[in-house]
Amino acid sequence: MANTVSFMTRNFGKYNPSSLDSYEQIGGFSALRKALSMTGEQIADCLAACAVKGRGGAGYDMGKKWRQAREVNQPRKVVICNADEGEPATFKDRTLMENDPFRLIEAMIIAGYSVGAQDGYLYLREEYSHLRPLFQNAIWQVREKGYLGENILGKTGFSYDVHLYSGAGAYVCGEGTALVESMEGKSGRPRMKPPFIKQCGLFHLPTCVNNVESLCLVPSILLDDKKEYLSYGTQNSVGTKMISVAGNVRNPGAFEIPFGVKVRDIIFDLAGGVKNNHEIQLIQFGGASGKIARPEDVLDIPYTYEDLTAAGVGVGSGAILVIDKRTSVLDFLLATQEFFFHESCGQCTPCREGNTQMKLLLEKVMAGMHTGEDLQNMKKIIMIMKNASLCGLGETAQNALSCAMDLFPECFAVKTEGN
Amino acid sequence: MIETPAVLTPALIQEMDEAMQRYGYEPSKLLEILLDIQKAVPRKYIPKAAAYYVAEKMHLKITQVYDVISFFSALHETPRAKYPIQVCSSVVCKVNHNCFVLDTLKDVLNIGLNEVTYDGRFTLEEVPCFGACDKAPAIRIHDVVYGPLTTRQQIIQIVQRLAEE
Ligand SMILES: Cc1cc2nc3c(=O)[nH]c(=O)nc-3n(C[C@H](O)[C@H](O)[C@H](O)COP(=O)(O)O)c2cc1C
Ligand code: SF4
Ligand code: FES
Repeated sequence: MANTVSFMTRNFGKYNPSSLDSYEQIGGFSALRKALSMTGEQIADCLAACAVKGRGGAGYDMGKKWRQAREVNQPRKVVICNADEGEPATFKDRTLMENDPFRLIEAMIIAGYSVGAQDGYLYLREEYSHLRPLFQNAIWQVREKGYLGENILGKTGFSYDVHLYSGAGAYVCGEGTALVESMEGKSGRPRMKPPFIKQCGLFHLPTCVNNVESLCLVPSILLDDKKEYLSYGTQNSVGTKMISVAGNVRNPGAFEIPFGVKVRDIIFDLAGGVKNNHEIQLIQFGGASGKIARPEDVLDIPYTYEDLTAAGVGVGSGAILVIDKRTSVLDFLLATQEFFFHESCGQCTPCREGNTQMKLLLEKVMAGMHTGEDLQNMKKIIMIMKNASLCGLGETAQNALSCAMDLFPECFAVKTEGN
Repeated sequence: MIETPAVLTPALIQEMDEAMQRYGYEPSKLLEILLDIQKAVPRKYIPKAAAYYVAEKMHLKITQVYDVISFFSALHETPRAKYPIQVCSSVVCKVNHNCFVLDTLKDVLNIGLNEVTYDGRFTLEEVPCFGACDKAPAIRIHDVVYGPLTTRQQIIQIVQRLAEE
């Protein structure tokens, strides 16, 4: 099995990302033409048949999401592309957008057609401001050419436009309701659910949010007459996946792999192995909110949803972070904890206070000053945050620490007596 | 830090009006408008008078404008510098020796974290991951990312080029 494939990345380097003409010359917008010859339902079915799971981290069934969005019985709906990509060690969406911006716009139009929306919004994180001119230009050219506007490609009744929005440096705005709040000109604090944004989201309209990679798959899948996509992966993890590999590796980067490549081959072949041949301390999957594993427990398993879950980790954002033994487990955890301490929106107590206390407790552990009671408190806070936080940030912030307490108990050994 | 006086210059008012016009005074575009204004201010922040001006022209409550400014870390309430140098403090850059980058910048610029050079040209900031982990350790200055930065020479070159602009 080849370690990389070019399915959703097939256009990389093949056209000039600033030119619609050059995109059309390599077949750009033929997926939209095909889509307009189908019903919105058929498009959703097509994604369901390929068992596409959302690539933003939660892994929700994409065909199902589009079908549900379609079935919401309201005249106005919106589609949002979540390009907030804020998980540390994750840069696969950036890679897709830099190399193939027109594909994303085309996919957003197809999404709008399939679910019955009139407007599509691209929410681009501020940190990717260098991509704004690329997308402003792409959207303008696509509109001029008539792929956006009224009765697109002669399809009576299909009118759609795409708008570019910017974030401003808040990780939590990747969460659907926070994203919508921020797009309404407010601070990005997650909303209470229900109502769910699929019923009442941006500007109180039914809202269908998808990740960049999820959308980028759509044009290739629609044009995949030979069912190439289904030939990749395993029974439970169909197709291909964008991953980003970073940390102490020689050749960090984003790669499109077929599901099922061994983790060892990803790290040692695609990413060139560990710099200076240091030993691996730990591997984190899915960004800062992801779980961690010891190398011996994951290097020889295939990269699939099911195998990663069985090994106690998960796909998450698609990031694979390799940390070698020069960084201690506790130093790694502190860096992660500082990230969540900084990014918690502070709206709910479990996450706001939990992240503050966990940072203090972790610093105590690092100083070797903690007691058995401190460890009990840490476990209690982990449990409370996981169960009582308002949004996914608080729920997942302690994933790495929680794993570390199980996997590396020696790092938490109590050195002082008393209370 | 002290707020620079007389910030509502005719030039800034014009910039602000243009920014609001560009987005049709659309309240949902508040973030973009504030980001554009911040870019137009020489010291790259939102002066208090500018926040009030935007609130008035867009018929928004000043509390909403300040809720947004204080919530988002890309928006700043106090004067920064012409070139804010943002050093990534997240885990990938950390394990790739971002401390070398930060220490070298402190030394070359002769300032500490969040301090500004005497000429208002540079300031040093720590920020979370900006998605350039494949270029770790990385820094970001406005829309440009530099990395991986492993030698003092590389860092001096970046600073020198901007010092001459
Ligand atoms: C704190 C937090 C941050 C998130 N950040 C992102 C993000 O940057 N990009 C993204 O696509 N999804 C992010 N998500 C997941 C989204 O809420 C949502 O599930 C996703 O965008 C849906 O798209 P998908 O079904 O195509 O994956 C985040 C979730 C949480 C709780
Ligand atoms: S869990 Fe954290 S980020 Fe989410 S709403 Fe609560 S405080 Fe905010
Ligand atoms: S961790 Fe530094 S850019 Fe991502």
